[in-house]
Amino acid sequence: MADGRPRRPGRAGREGFVRARFITGFLAAPVLLYLVYVISPYAQAFSIAMTDWRGVSAAPRFVGLANFGRLLGDGVFWRAVGHNALLLVLLPLLTLAIALFFAFLLNAGGQGGGVAGVWGSGFYRVVFFFPQVLAVAIVAVLFQQVFRPDGSGMLNGPLIALGLEPVGFLSDPGVAFWSILAVLVWQAVGFYVVLFSAGMASIPREMFEAARIDGAGRVQLFARVTLPLLWETVQVGWIYLGIAALDVFALVWVMTAEHGGPDHSTTVMAAEVYRNAFQYFKFGYASAMGVVLFFFTVAFAVLALRLSRRERIEF
Amino acid sequence: MVSRAERVTLSRSAARERRRARLGPLSGLSHVALIVWTVLVVVPIVWTFLASVKSEDEIFGSAWSLPATLRWDNWARAWAGAHVGLYMLNSVVVVALGTFGTMLLGSMAAYVLARYRFRGNRAIYLLFVSGLAFPVYLALTPLFFVVRNLGALPLVGPLIGLDTRGGLVLVYIAYSLPFTVFFLSAFFRTLPQAVAEAAFVDGASHSRVFFQIMLPMARPGVVSITIFNILGQWNQYQIPLVLLSGQAKDKWVLTQGIADISTAAGYDADWSALFAALSMAILPMLIVYTIFQRQIQAGLTTGSFK
Repeated sequence: MADGRPRRPGRAGREGFVRARFITGFLAAPVLLYLVYVISPYAQAFSIAMTDWRGVSAAPRFVGLANFGRLLGDGVFWRAVGHNALLLVLLPLLTLAIALFFAFLLNAGGQGGGVAGVWGSGFYRVVFFFPQVLAVAIVAVLFQQVFRPDGSGMLNGPLIALGLEPVGFLSDPGVAFWSILAVLVWQAVGFYVVLFSAGMASIPREMFEAARIDGAGRVQLFARVTLPLLWETVQVGWIYLGIAALDVFALVWVMTAEHGGPDHSTTVMAAEVYRNAFQYFKFGYASAMGVVLFFFTVAFAVLALRLSRRERIEF
Repeated sequence: MVSRAERVTLSRSAARERRRARLGPLSGLSHVALIVWTVLVVVPIVWTFLASVKSEDEIFGSAWSLPATLRWDNWARAWAGAHVGLYMLNSVVVVALGTFGTMLLGSMAAYVLARYRFRGNRAIYLLFVSGLAFPVYLALTPLFFVVRNLGALPLVGPLIGLDTRGGLVLVYIAYSLPFTVFFLSAFFRTLPQAVAEAAFVDGASHSRVFFQIMLPMARPGVVSITIFNILGQWNQYQIPLVLLSGQAKDKWVLTQGIADISTAAGYDADWSALFAALSMAILPMLIVYTIFQRQIQAGLTTGSFK
């Protein structure tokens, strides 16, 4: 927090004015934009949530907490919340486990019993990252085709050719959610492989070599050296993926039948807010959902901050 | 220390030779795992490219058949008929303006918050950072009305209301600020004060010190956050869906357009054009990424470590 210009006695008034003008000038535009487009909608959400506002032109009427009461009995909404909660646990768990595995192979899986990376690790890193640069909505359309239920689907085509039953990746309510999860993991892994690779590259090589001399095998190297030293990066990844899990929209909205179907088996919070606001035009009710989800998100943030306090290993 | 000396003396090619010669069974297994994931990543994309030059019958005949002739007219239909070219141009314009605005305003705010002491500094900083935790959709309904009401303003209204690119750009900027301010202010805090001090003594103004000294010094951070913002804004689907209605199809961004073509493909039965459109949306990203992959990977990881 070092201050800008050194102050000269006697000119403090003029200096102070120039400095204040500069600070105001630099902050005015970003703060104004932020207040108008981010803070004011959040603030308004609370008041709209207590109205029965329906339709763009209708006049909203105050109904108190009625929307929240209705929300309690809204089975679809709670299914959506449940799906997000499940994603909140499974998406980070699977993505981080797979990414750690590959990052370890790339950086320490080669010859020398776990000290050097495998041959061609640069190539793998580039390819694994591909899905990350594609927009989610595009990936959703892509996998809609991959998962097609008939012989024209990339996955079901070979299954049918082999004489097996085709899998209803997106049409079977028991399977669709797992297809969503699979695509989310497919897209996310590459980024974390790169992130962890960078983290592993910053671990001094001598540490691995010392552990090797002490007779550590590959698994021990990973569990006793790599993982503890990488723990902080893993936590960063956990929080990123947690946010991503709460934020899922495009994949569900574009890829699944009935935008969250079949039979609400894949719907998520973002989809329910959007559906109620912009398909049913229940603005009050959708805002009430937003308010409830706001508190869920606060709870998640507090929990994440609490859990992420762990001793840091210096090296 | 032996190993370090040894490493220095080994030339790259010699090291590679040695590595190949000593490929053990475990290393082989590593490759199997890595190749499996490579296949999982590459095959859906290649399959899409393949389908984009097939005929309708070939697409529905058998998923893995090769096209008899390469039907590039699918691409022409998607580009012009399905407006993929227009959508892509819209995306480029909106993301370019959005990212530029985000970086300009975000770095200004981050710099002042990181390096100047004044009343309310902490409060403003926390206000920005608190936005990190909340997904856009929580306030989607009021946001729609905020933009609609701004559209009724005299003079500027027609430029920033619903169904305008300007409105979309401003919303992108506002929602990118929390992340940008958070990471850039962390970056600005680490910069040394001495150079700025010397410039002040030479009579440079506050804003000159920022634009000519501090901003160039923060370059690694700025590059990395720029990449994050480009990817993030390119990725947007829900905000344009709310702000650009069906009446403003000429302003739609690529994600919206492709999703719409996918829905329409069912009615028009033009699946080969859909695959061509998909390929067109994927290919430029892969090319740009492959060219800049070193910078992108380095940039994204420095951003996360700060």
